[in-house]
Amino acid sequence: MNPITAFIFELQEVTNLLWRSIKGLRKKPRYVREIINQIDNIGVGSFGIIVLTGFFTGGVMILQSYPTLEYYGAQSNAGQGVATSLIRELGPVLSALMVAGRVGSAISAELGSMVVSQQIDAMRALGTSPVRKLVTPRLIALIVSLPLLTITTDLFGIIGGGIIARELHGLDMNLYISSVRAGVKIEDLIGGIMKPVVFGLIIGLISCYKGLSTTGGTAGVGEATTKAVVASSINVIIADFFLSAALQSIFGGTLF
Amino acid sequence: MTFDLSERYDANGEVNSQSAYDATMDKRLIPAIEFRDVELAFDDQVILNKVSFSVRRGETRIVLGGSGSGKSTIINLILGLIKPDAGKIIIEGIDITELDDQDMMRIRKTIGMIFQEGALFDSLSVYDNVAYRLHEEGVAEDECEHEVLRMLRFIDLEEAIDKMPIELSGGMRRRVGIARALVGNPNIVLFDEPTAGLDPPTARTICELAIKLRDIEDVSSIFVTHEMNNLEYLSSEYAVIDRSGDVNFELAGKTFCLTNTSVMMLRQGNIIFNGSEDDLRATDDPYIKRFIRGK
Repeated sequence: MNPITAFIFELQEVTNLLWRSIKGLRKKPRYVREIINQIDNIGVGSFGIIVLTGFFTGGVMILQSYPTLEYYGAQSNAGQGVATSLIRELGPVLSALMVAGRVGSAISAELGSMVVSQQIDAMRALGTSPVRKLVTPRLIALIVSLPLLTITTDLFGIIGGGIIARELHGLDMNLYISSVRAGVKIEDLIGGIMKPVVFGLIIGLISCYKGLSTTGGTAGVGEATTKAVVASSINVIIADFFLSAALQSIFGGTLF
Repeated sequence: MTFDLSERYDANGEVNSQSAYDATMDKRLIPAIEFRDVELAFDDQVILNKVSFSVRRGETRIVLGGSGSGKSTIINLILGLIKPDAGKIIIEGIDITELDDQDMMRIRKTIGMIFQEGALFDSLSVYDNVAYRLHEEGVAEDECEHEVLRMLRFIDLEEAIDKMPIELSGGMRRRVGIARALVGNPNIVLFDEPTAGLDPPTARTICELAIKLRDIEDVSSIFVTHEMNNLEYLSSEYAVIDRSGDVNFELAGKTFCLTNTSVMMLRQGNIIFNGSEDDLRATDDPYIKRFIRGK
């Protein structure tokens, strides 16, 4: 199969998986407990790495940008710079990449292992749809968790930037906070929440698809996991570009 | 095929015993599994070539054949996990060939499937594995517990109820797989090489479970294997319950009792033999002779 045909085939399969998971929501059982477990695993489980990512990203932004701002006498705008960059771009993208690495790999490895040990076949033989039982709860959990994790990244990024600005450069904390409040607009927040919803869907769909299409035993599980992380990450970055362009055209100006 | 239930009752609404008897006989006459000229190919490779056979109610059909002969494909077709290119597959009178996945889910609930390695859900305990089907159907926990214990007693593994699959031996995993498949009392049970890689006594235990299902539970089954010991056990022994309620296994030759087992052999997608074990052993076909004797 040539690469273009293979790509179209995969796109068709992923779309089909999305459609079947949406259809699965209409019928009982809805596996509410499974959804809650996944939110706990994906959301709460990723909290630690998200806090660290946010804090040090905010910190390094101040570290790199403060001397330039100081050169132009614009230190008072440091908070705005950190907050808008984080909320518009870095928060959603970095959170999505971290979650793709931690959760996307876990999902595809788990589903891939279930495929090679015939657990998926057993599930179907027992009259359960693996899409409804396994895919739909993971997609919902990612769509719910990723925006919340992104807000966490944004928040800890702003806090990290503030601490570094005060400790290393002696910037007044009130000045920093007022700069954040003045710089962040409602459009930034709307876009900053919409992006991770789409990213969660992308990571969930790709990881579940790669996991469920695992072939070739345990070596196949490793391959599926790698492909899931790489494909999720690349697609998140590509989707970010198009989402930013779309949000700019919706809200106008040079936002996003 | 459908039954007109009105014929089963008399004018007073009582069960018409003659009609009820006829209904039972009708049901017995309908094959549990029927393949009619089933064809399947992946790209240029022919997997099944106009395969036709039927399995009666209460019958065990042993499917023999080398690797890649299409044995497991037959099981996947019965479960509707794959669809044939041509022909018909009829399960208990219902043509499943064109059924979509949603309708197949209902059919699958009446079929028990036993996988080669057990295919237990790693993240669930033995109890939750066996109760899986009942939990999915929202059955009350008391009832689940009662049914799980009954099934674990059937496979003689009550002590493993709280263990995780990782803690079980290969043979125990397969027995738990059998218990899971039997919850809900399926009329049809499919065994996909259930004894592969097991030591002889454990393999014998699995065969005894299959014999018990055939003779005591009246279950129709397909038993895919390429181990000749299984063929011998399933073809020559039958299970009876003695006065104390224990199950005993007796040789078919000892009393006037015919074991309800027949053998089918596949080669490159074609049925090359369909008959009794005796006929199989008496055949002159060099491939079959070599398959049976290993040389």
